[in-house]
Amino acid sequence: MKKVFPRILSGCGLIGIMRASGERVSGAEVIRAITNMHERSNGLGGGFAAYGIYPEHKEDYALHLMYSTPRSKDITDKLLEESFQIKGDGPIPTRPADGIVNAPILWRYFVRAKPEKLAETEVPEDEAVLRVVMDINFEIEDAFVISSGKNMGAFKAVGLAGDVGHFYRLEDYYGYTWIAHARFPTNTPGWWGGAHPFTLLDWAVVHNGEISSYGINRRYLEMFGYKCTLQTDTEVMAYLLDLLIRKHGLSVENAAMAMASPFWKDIDALPPEERHKMMAIRAVYGSAMVNGPFAIIFGHHRGMVGLNDRIKLRPMVAAQKDDALYIASEEAGIREVCSHPDRVWSPRAGEPVVGWLNEGVA
Amino acid sequence: MKDRLLTPEFRVVVDHQRCTQCHRCITGCGWGTLSCNNGRIVADDFKCVACHYCVTHCPTGAIVVEEFPLAFKPHANWTVGLRKNAWRQAQSPGMLLTGMGNDQAYPIVFDHLVLDACQVTNPSIDPLREPMELRTYLGRKPNSLAFDSLGRLITPLEPQVKLETPIVFAAMSYGSISLNAQKALAMAAEECGILWNTGEGGLHKDLYPYGHCATVQCASGRFGVHSGYLNAAAVVEIKIGQGAKPGIGGHLPGEKVSVEVSETRMIPPGTDALSPAPHHDIYSIEDLRQLIYALKEATDYSKPVSVKIAAVHNVAAITAGMVYAGADIVYIDGFRGGTGAAPTIIRDHIGIPIELAIAAVDDRLRQEGIRSQASIIAAGSIRSSADVAKAIALGADAVAIGTGALLPLGCRVCQKCYTGNCSWGIATQRPELTRRLDPVLGAERVSNLIESWSLELKEILGALGLNAIESLRGSRERLRGVGLDNTTLEILGVKPAGR
Repeated sequence: MKKVFPRILSGCGLIGIMRASGERVSGAEVIRAITNMHERSNGLGGGFAAYGIYPEHKEDYALHLMYSTPRSKDITDKLLEESFQIKGDGPIPTRPADGIVNAPILWRYFVRAKPEKLAETEVPEDEAVLRVVMDINFEIEDAFVISSGKNMGAFKAVGLAGDVGHFYRLEDYYGYTWIAHARFPTNTPGWWGGAHPFTLLDWAVVHNGEISSYGINRRYLEMFGYKCTLQTDTEVMAYLLDLLIRKHGLSVENAAMAMASPFWKDIDALPPEERHKMMAIRAVYGSAMVNGPFAIIFGHHRGMVGLNDRIKLRPMVAAQKDDALYIASEEAGIREVCSHPDRVWSPRAGEPVVGWLNEGVA
Repeated sequence: MKDRLLTPEFRVVVDHQRCTQCHRCITGCGWGTLSCNNGRIVADDFKCVACHYCVTHCPTGAIVVEEFPLAFKPHANWTVGLRKNAWRQAQSPGMLLTGMGNDQAYPIVFDHLVLDACQVTNPSIDPLREPMELRTYLGRKPNSLAFDSLGRLITPLEPQVKLETPIVFAAMSYGSISLNAQKALAMAAEECGILWNTGEGGLHKDLYPYGHCATVQCASGRFGVHSGYLNAAAVVEIKIGQGAKPGIGGHLPGEKVSVEVSETRMIPPGTDALSPAPHHDIYSIEDLRQLIYALKEATDYSKPVSVKIAAVHNVAAITAGMVYAGADIVYIDGFRGGTGAAPTIIRDHIGIPIELAIAAVDDRLRQEGIRSQASIIAAGSIRSSADVAKAIALGADAVAIGTGALLPLGCRVCQKCYTGNCSWGIATQRPELTRRLDPVLGAERVSNLIESWSLELKEILGALGLNAIESLRGSRERLRGVGLDNTTLEILGVKPAGR
């Protein structure tokens, strides 16, 4: 199974469930929700990201690895031993599931950066981990890091999302945020790494859409040193969020304004200070505007965000029940696991749905 | 006449059955081609340039202009054009002059690029139903913005100039074109929310009300440059070179320097207006920096400073230097860019195509990480809204049109601008010719063209599934090459069709 990086277009179903209290629930719930949106997928990709699932390894980076040859594992193991203190490792538990075939070797590591290495290179731990992840993904043949955040993990495969959840025994995991993706690609990816979510440290992105501005978004990111090797729209989304929020320090709301900007006619009607601010965001971040249909849900250790494109060309519904926030492609997916929400709404185009965990949780 | 080596290019045929002897054609012709002989209109074919003024103004449709039917022995190497040039120079020594842009049959890259459209997997957008945005801001932008804890913007923004559509008018001076032609462009720019450009001829006193939508040039002759001039404008531009004549100065002969031209250019009437080839205070990049900052000081840092150069071999490196030197806008003029007057040999053989220049410049500024620090205006030659879209997809922020903006005023691209005989009242200072150009009607026609191209751009964006022009800017993924060689494709950063 080769790493393949063609640009594959796809439609999809998404769901994200977050409990602000930090209460951890089994993956069984999110599997039911995504399975309900079966019509949005064609069995060629499904995946999950879960936060809060490794409380016993809260301070360690959890690396989920995918190997298609034992040799690639040997090479990677060496690199990991050189770079990190390994606090624990072992196979990711799976069981046979319908339609899930050609499984690669799936391995999990809990690691910390070696203090002496950090001192030597003078980079923050996050950055050091990210560099190793990029090295593995783009230098080691047949090895791929699925996720690399703390107290979180991604699980993905070629297959129907429900079957993927069953395969990974996700009902045995308990998390406070769950994100799931069911895919309808136009071509057979054949490679598990191509499924969603796409992750970057503790960020996980699931995405439904095709970015019509892919070309310029990619060239814009390249100016800031990102390499868009996967050639997927989701990768571009993840990097844009990373650039705007992590590197440039924009708030989630301002990043959403940049990526799904309001129209000039609406900006022109704002009071002067607001108008100037929005003009600046559009003028400065025009190349970061994501044009074309999309709905994304991105998770991080402190919460979850949903965002639609500026004219809402892909579906996205949100709901609230007590401290739980739901974002999904279809209301039916939410109702499957929360039959009587307190509130259900259709977020407007470009208006982010932002969920934060309560202070002190996670 | 007998010993002429040359033969006429065109023949004027008058249908005497239809002709009513109104003589409109005689007074209309700026070239003196037509006259009345024994009650019949006759033509001196040698003088005709096919400007069609007589044809379009004849009330009975009695005039036809045809190519002079003369066979030349075919020769693929010694083209008829080369032979005629030699005959012209044999008649009197000197450089051959011409007007407008390079007319030679070099490959036109734009015509080998095609745009994408959405089908099934992502929706196209209907511009009749959905907003479509063409607004573009020119000026230096920071790489990122910072906000305070209340979400207020704290990053100061350098001056930005708003264009309602990504098109500006190219620099055409009062002198090279008539005041009425410039007025028409200025009024159209105001109407369309875009910019017109004074060229290096100064700003006529009647046009100060249009300063807010003008780019004023500071060129090597420094004509008409003073504090009021600079501060009247939206953008101040240092003109280093132009696509039609890279490395060449300008020469407005004294006979064209009327009282009004002399007042505007701040030179004595009747004296030759000579623009040196280089700026004599700019012999290197650090000198350019001094002038950029002198102009910024003179305008209290209230407007972007643009630097205009011709697209030459090293355009990418030069442009990067210009941005480092403080240019907020870089205006790149391709080898097909127009002119009021240039030596033919220069116009036709120097410079590189704008398509390749845009790609090279945009790439280089990105490699240097300074792309956001300057806007790119591409020119020479943009012939349609498709060219605008392709130029923007290659990486330009906006385009400038010169010839394209004169066509609505009647220009026939006869390429005789340098003679000052323009029958349409555009490229002339002769009062009997300039007064026939009604600036109000002219402005309406130019505005119509800009509006038409803008509508077409919106339709193109809709097909591409985009609703804002910035999502096309630099998005070469939406272009494909047809019949271009691999190296050209690589420079353009464009895949061949089918990939």
